Amino acid sequence: MQNKITVNDLNAWFGAKQVLHDIDIGIEKNAITAIIGPSGCGKSTFIRCLNRMHEVVPGAKVSGKVLVDEMDIYDSDIDPVDIRRSIGMVFQKPNPFPTMSIRDNVVAGLRLNGVKDKNVLDKTAEESLRKAALWEEVKNDLHKSGMSLSGGQQQRLCIARALAVEPEVILFDEPCSALDPISTSKIEDLMLELKEKYTLIIVTHNMQQAARVSDRTAFFLYGKLIEFGETDQIFKKPEEKSTEDYIIGRFG
Amino acid sequence: MVREVYHKDLHKLREEIVSMGSAVSKAIGDSVLSLKNRDVEMAQKVIEMDNEIDAMDRNIEADCMRLLALQQPMARDLRLIISVLKMSIDLERMGDLALEISVITKITASVLPIKPLVDIPRMSDICQDMLKNIMIAFENKDVEAAKAVARRDDEIDMLFDQVRRELISYMIEDPKKITGAQHLTFVARYLERIGDHITNLSENVVFMVTGERLELN
Repeated sequence: MQNKITVNDLNAWFGAKQVLHDIDIGIEKNAITAIIGPSGCGKSTFIRCLNRMHEVVPGAKVSGKVLVDEMDIYDSDIDPVDIRRSIGMVFQKPNPFPTMSIRDNVVAGLRLNGVKDKNVLDKTAEESLRKAALWEEVKNDLHKSGMSLSGGQQQRLCIARALAVEPEVILFDEPCSALDPISTSKIEDLMLELKEKYTLIIVTHNMQQAARVSDRTAFFLYGKLIEFGETDQIFKKPEEKSTEDYIIGRFG
Repeated sequence: MVREVYHKDLHKLREEIVSMGSAVSKAIGDSVLSLKNRDVEMAQKVIEMDNEIDAMDRNIEADCMRLLALQQPMARDLRLIISVLKMSIDLERMGDLALEISVITKITASVLPIKPLVDIPRMSDICQDMLKNIMIAFENKDVEAAKAVARRDDEIDMLFDQVRRELISYMIEDPKKITGAQHLTFVARYLERIGDHITNLSENVVFMVTGERLELN
């Protein structure tokens, strides 16, 4: 299996507080990797280090290497904006731009990049909404506000927005925690379709979700990577006792 | 500790399978004792006890199903539930075999035995001992103890072969003893099957602890 992302000796801090310790991990291409662990274990910080979002927090610091296809995204000549374009992110709470229409939400990134051609924008909007499995539901309401959609639709709109700038990797930070079970199933089905073309990483508190959608699972605890392996093995017979204690709910 | 109700339920499941093991052990012991003593009353009690064993099996199945549906168990909890579910099936079958032995007691009690029973009670003793030890191995999550129990199935198989050959010689010598000898052959065969079911229990204890399915004996 080919790795899309290789992380070597990654450490991260908020001010003086170290939140990630010596993380080494390989993220497989065209697969879904789940990151699990209790609150405060560093899993969100970890994925935010993968597209240089961690450093936007005042006082935050990172050391180590994050190679995406052999290129170190922390090299001094790399523009973080380029990285964030190729490594998209979907957040916990759907966050469509409130004053924009559905269509404009999807192509907001392209416009920021200077694309003005209406045909290109329309075509990209349709393609991205189709990929995000939202097109059929919104094709007659493209001019309506993104906020007029349900929570699950808004989250798929955000996924369409992430897809529009043609990323290679998509990071999902608890994408379903604000959604009902049906919307959650739709997002999960969508993730399984998207992995054909993209490399996906999902942070989730929902163990069943990690078990259902991911190919590989990483367990984080106190800022350290405790165990990483095939999802099937992690949930049936983990190697580490702390992994087992966490997934069967004997923590706390 | 979190999920307290869930953990209490898992604990209850462990207790249920252990008490089912004790009930089955008593059924095996009493069935062979009733045969030896030509005690029809005791045989009848074993037959009635089978209803209780069947009910225990159904309860365990219902509890496993509820835990699977409501708690989404994983890792060692999942392996415990799968093991208990499979163990209860073997124990239920063993209860049925004890019942079959008791039915033979009822059929043969009124006629004189063709021979004194020695090896058949010995088989029963070994089965009960194996069953007791596998339940201890289950409670202690002890893989080596579980494997040691499975190895003793060889003793049962050897005794079965010995009993069978001895009974064939009785039948050759005196055709009038064929019916009685055949009944006893069946009893020995049922005990041999019980030994195989206990080996399955051992395999499930190993699976519960290690996650590996080993073919023991």
